[in-house]
Amino acid sequence: MSERPDLPLDLLRGLALPRMSRRRFLQAGGLTVAGATLAACSLPGTPRSNLGLQGAREEIAKYWAAQTQHGQLNFANWPLYMDVDADDESKHPSLDEFTKKTGIKVKYDEVINDTDEFYNKIAPVLRQKQSLEWDLMVLTNGMSLNDLMIRDYLVPLDQARMSNFYANASTLAANPSYDRGNVYTMAWQSGITGIAYDIKRVGHEITSWEDLQDPKLRGKIGMFGDNEDLPGCALAAIGVNPEQSTPEDWKKAADWLIKQKPLVRKYYAQDYVDPLLRGDIWATMGWSGDVLANQGDNPNLRFVVPKEGAILWTDNMCIPAAARNPLDAMIYMDYVYNPDVAATLADYIWYITPVPAVQGIFVQEAKDADNEDDKAYYQDLSTNPLMFPKEADFAKLHRYRVLSEEERPVWNALFQPIYSG
Amino acid sequence: MSRLRGKLAPYLMVLPAWLWLAIFFVVPTVTMLSVSTMTGNDLDGFKQTFHFSTYADAWNDYHTQIVRSLIYGLVATVLCVLIGYPVAYWIAFYGGRHKSTLLFLLLLPFFVSFVIRTLAWETLLQDEGVVIKAMKHLHIDGAFFGFMHFIGAVPEHAHQITQTHLAVVGGLVYNFLPFTILPIYVSLERVSPSLLESSADLYGNKVTSFTKVVLPLSMPGVFAGVLLTFVPVAADYVTAQILGGPGTTMVGTIIDQRFNSQEYPIASALSFILMALLLIGVFSYAKALGTEEAMEMAAA
Repeated sequence: MSERPDLPLDLLRGLALPRMSRRRFLQAGGLTVAGATLAACSLPGTPRSNLGLQGAREEIAKYWAAQTQHGQLNFANWPLYMDVDADDESKHPSLDEFTKKTGIKVKYDEVINDTDEFYNKIAPVLRQKQSLEWDLMVLTNGMSLNDLMIRDYLVPLDQARMSNFYANASTLAANPSYDRGNVYTMAWQSGITGIAYDIKRVGHEITSWEDLQDPKLRGKIGMFGDNEDLPGCALAAIGVNPEQSTPEDWKKAADWLIKQKPLVRKYYAQDYVDPLLRGDIWATMGWSGDVLANQGDNPNLRFVVPKEGAILWTDNMCIPAAARNPLDAMIYMDYVYNPDVAATLADYIWYITPVPAVQGIFVQEAKDADNEDDKAYYQDLSTNPLMFPKEADFAKLHRYRVLSEEERPVWNALFQPIYSG
Repeated sequence: MSRLRGKLAPYLMVLPAWLWLAIFFVVPTVTMLSVSTMTGNDLDGFKQTFHFSTYADAWNDYHTQIVRSLIYGLVATVLCVLIGYPVAYWIAFYGGRHKSTLLFLLLLPFFVSFVIRTLAWETLLQDEGVVIKAMKHLHIDGAFFGFMHFIGAVPEHAHQITQTHLAVVGGLVYNFLPFTILPIYVSLERVSPSLLESSADLYGNKVTSFTKVVLPLSMPGVFAGVLLTFVPVAADYVTAQILGGPGTTMVGTIIDQRFNSQEYPIASALSFILMALLLIGVFSYAKALGTEEAMEMAAA
């Protein structure tokens, strides 16, 4: 069991957000519009709470003591991130099972395609202290998630209702560097940003980020056009752990990318898989699970964690401030840390599960399999290094750099011009 | 009383339009202008500090993309007129009773979301896709890419269409062509056939009839078409994002990115610079070519 966390000081503002009636909502909206346009002299920031540590703990306990189970959970997630019924794609067996066991009905929406984009969609609502339509959402660690935490746009979790989590979570999922003590988040799945490539078209094995500086691949290289994966991988490429990087390192990483730029076909948003499959690009920054999921279409597809290192990211379950059914969300979050449930999910999703016991379950499945196909399938899953990375692999994987408000302009000025044209 | 009402009536009738303009144009524009000179960040908020150097920074950092957008706008608009005029001409004079059907067919593809259509182009134009394969099969790919390298539409070393100027300008022309064709069609439609007969009676051959009669009469339509095409093309950002690459980014994409990373001042400043340049361009164009009739046509 992991050590109990120290709570950050500024986390409470979001807890006791009053629910607004429609009328008050309209009034508030009207006021904001009038205020913003007539005065037009400032855009408000986010006030911070000044409660002390002890005060915060008490407030959180009080908040959770007041919650009751409502039998309803509204869940926002990414596409292809939940098991589906073999016959009916709209059915999610593991969610149905959850409803059967707990009586909590789940409305499941695949509405998140990009964490920053989703953040920009929900932040104005949360700033107005209104409820989102979801009680539970899955967001990637990084600047937007950090923004949600420091703005108190998330509900601190009820540590007393995380018994499955503390019993079964991997070292990766428990106490991550971006949310010490799992105050706000529990991992959903993790993955690696490394190099995806077509070995037949490239003609040789890729082992290093330097392979993406090869003039022979000119016009056939893809990179990500984002502000975290791209700089993170460039920092890894020059041998620096992004989390410990300094502005001088950023400069070097930016130079590495500028040198590479003439070879790059495009800085992709997340639409790199199709061009990779059809041969517009041959080698690209990519996500581990994407490669596993598409090797069926193209057996020449490979994924590699370059020898200099790569980025490990985690998508996290979290509860937005003013959520209507926080207790139902809390129950679900801990429920998926039951190894059998985690195995059902991992069997479908093919990223890195936060529950290491899943590997043992797959080994057992392979033993118990009554036909050769299933046996081979589960053997493959249980030994797949992209789903169950070894400790040595983890040593090469880094987390994103989280930037302070002062550092952001410096970082942006270095990296944004590279991918924005 | 009724006299007063009579005097007020025109103002009352125009009031909704004024309100519309005030609420949806003047207020946002003033707000944007105000935001563009603020400083701050998302967490602490933005404060008005009359920090005008944001404009200088915006221009210094992104003049390449701004100029590129204007050039794309210009090239795409010229191509749209060159392609659109004959189409409009043919429908207006030879369409006969099928005119409305032909116009409908022209608009038919636009019932599908333009993002989807642009993605479809990406698939067609890919390196191992049907277009390049067909050209290879016909052995015209060498000549094609030679020409494209010559005019600079495709970079020297590359045998590709996507992520080049060619793809982006092509996509823009495709997406905005109806905005050029429709006004030109309307102006040509108004040209009475009897004028052509008169021209013939006065010994005008087909060429002089066109250059002396039809073309001048259709100029208001061309003027309107150019305006309706150039402004949205220069401000477009989806086409370049889907079909383009690092060397074809337009300023719209930059504004979108800056806005999404909560850098509102620079996003506002860039929007303003673009708007100012477009207005200057449009007004000088109107001054040079516009007649009163042309302006009316453009307004309609």
